[in-house]
Amino acid sequence: MFLPPEVAVKISVRNLNFYYGKVQALFDNSLDIAEKKVTAFIGPSGCGKSTHIRTYNRMYSLYPDHRAEGEVKIDGKNILEDDVDLIDLRTRVGMVFQKPTPFPMSIFDNVAYGIRLKGRFSKSELEGRVEQALKDAALWDEVKENIHTIGTALSGGQQQRLCLARAIAVEPEVILMDEPCSALDPVATYKIEDLIDRLKERFTIIIVTHNMQQAARVSDYTAFFYLGRCVEFGPTDQLFTKPVKKETEDYITGRFG
Amino acid sequence: MSEDSRSKRHPPWVEALFKGLTKGAGSMILVLLAVMMVVLFYDAWPSIKQFKLGFLVSTSWNPVTHQFGALTTIIGTLVSTALAMLLAVPLAGGVALFLTELSPVVLRPIFSTAIELLAAIPSIIYGMWGLFTLAPLLADHVQPWMTEHLGFIPLFQGPPMGIGMFTAGIVLAIMILPFMASVIRDVFLMTPQVLKESAYGLGATTWEVVWQVVFPYGRRGVVVGLFLGLGRAMGETMAVTFVIGNAHELSWSLFNPANTIASTLANEFTEASDRLYLSALVELGLVLFLITFIVLGLAEWWLKHSAPREKR
Repeated sequence: MFLPPEVAVKISVRNLNFYYGKVQALFDNSLDIAEKKVTAFIGPSGCGKSTHIRTYNRMYSLYPDHRAEGEVKIDGKNILEDDVDLIDLRTRVGMVFQKPTPFPMSIFDNVAYGIRLKGRFSKSELEGRVEQALKDAALWDEVKENIHTIGTALSGGQQQRLCLARAIAVEPEVILMDEPCSALDPVATYKIEDLIDRLKERFTIIIVTHNMQQAARVSDYTAFFYLGRCVEFGPTDQLFTKPVKKETEDYITGRFG
Repeated sequence: MSEDSRSKRHPPWVEALFKGLTKGAGSMILVLLAVMMVVLFYDAWPSIKQFKLGFLVSTSWNPVTHQFGALTTIIGTLVSTALAMLLAVPLAGGVALFLTELSPVVLRPIFSTAIELLAAIPSIIYGMWGLFTLAPLLADHVQPWMTEHLGFIPLFQGPPMGIGMFTAGIVLAIMILPFMASVIRDVFLMTPQVLKESAYGLGATTWEVVWQVVFPYGRRGVVVGLFLGLGRAMGETMAVTFVIGNAHELSWSLFNPANTIASTLANEFTEASDRLYLSALVELGLVLFLITFIVLGLAEWWLKHSAPREKR
């Protein structure tokens, strides 16, 4: 289930268990996330993929009855421990959600939001960073004329790229994407996938998707989740062509799910 | 469309009837507003004819010599409302913030119910509490201290009587606080969880999320909540009448007795023996009506012009 020693590991997960109150949602998940690669999490709805990645930025800590046990080490440090600075963790591990979530403010302010949280910057530096992030998210040419209009007026695909720009602008190390294309049409989906391909030079990317073709197209490694367990993990081409486990084969050949 | 679902449709006359009923209910609001305006104007006419615009800027109020001016009551209304808002708005925001973001989950329903119960207490109870409990307390302990330490400000000079503008402002603040807090809480709760997570996901603190995401998202609702409270404070009658002292005098000191339009109406309506006196009181009502109108209009205008524009 783990990566060969020559691959640089960004996140290593060992025996991760997760509970929503008394209900256990994850069972002994163990896997490695390769640095500056794309790792896809696939599996049927409710299998725990989203729950799993929401431990990487401790998003679950917002809810008092959500609880994780085990180890999630980012660069060797277990971020599940109590002494972790969540603000700092979340600037290092960014997140893009299923539905686009622009803030009720201008396009510029949306992208500048995270930058401003990190500290004070001069106006010109802020503008430069916002422009760069929008270019990285392939949105600049479409919005540069009306960057001070409200972000929620953009189309769905543009909004999602805006959210990606907002995440990139903070210069995180890891970007979590929770089904980022499930609300988008094929063209907008293609643009996001194209971006993922270009951004993996700079970021470790983890994408949750229920679209197996998408996982096959964009990812280097794939993990298959089923009923809260990480059933199989490996290089994407291997997992899709020569799956080891019966459940994986059944799922990718469409026999269930 | 299948035959079955078609048969469930209502005949056209039912549709028309229902449409007519809702239209009627909607128009009724406008009609009521117009009728009220007309009646107020009609009854206030003798006073309007007699004092003209001078009514609004004169401070004299003498039923014996038939001199009536509204300025003291207008200022009293505005100052007591401003004082109440000054005290209650930050508190209401804090209460709503606590209830939605900070309070332990098990305590939330308890606090919320308590707040709603406070909002339901009749205003006369607040008035009695203000007169019998709060006013003596302020007179004995708070006002002397303020005069001693803040007395260099004219607002805090004057005799510590307990009854006056200051007490009225505090009672009003306590009255409108639960009202505003529960509206703001509901607005805060409407913010989509995923939007908050997006902000937390960028490394925002709870304070930053509330101030920069939750508040802007519900801005319109928050302002509406504040103006509901403001409207209540401006029109509040009984509680204010109990504690404000009812003096037709202008004074810099908040400790002096004063009055508001509503309290003047409550106090003097039964005593209004002649037509001009009565008509002057009705004109006060008309002025209150117009002030409320103007304030709400300003709020609407501000909401429109401060929002980020959809299109340039």
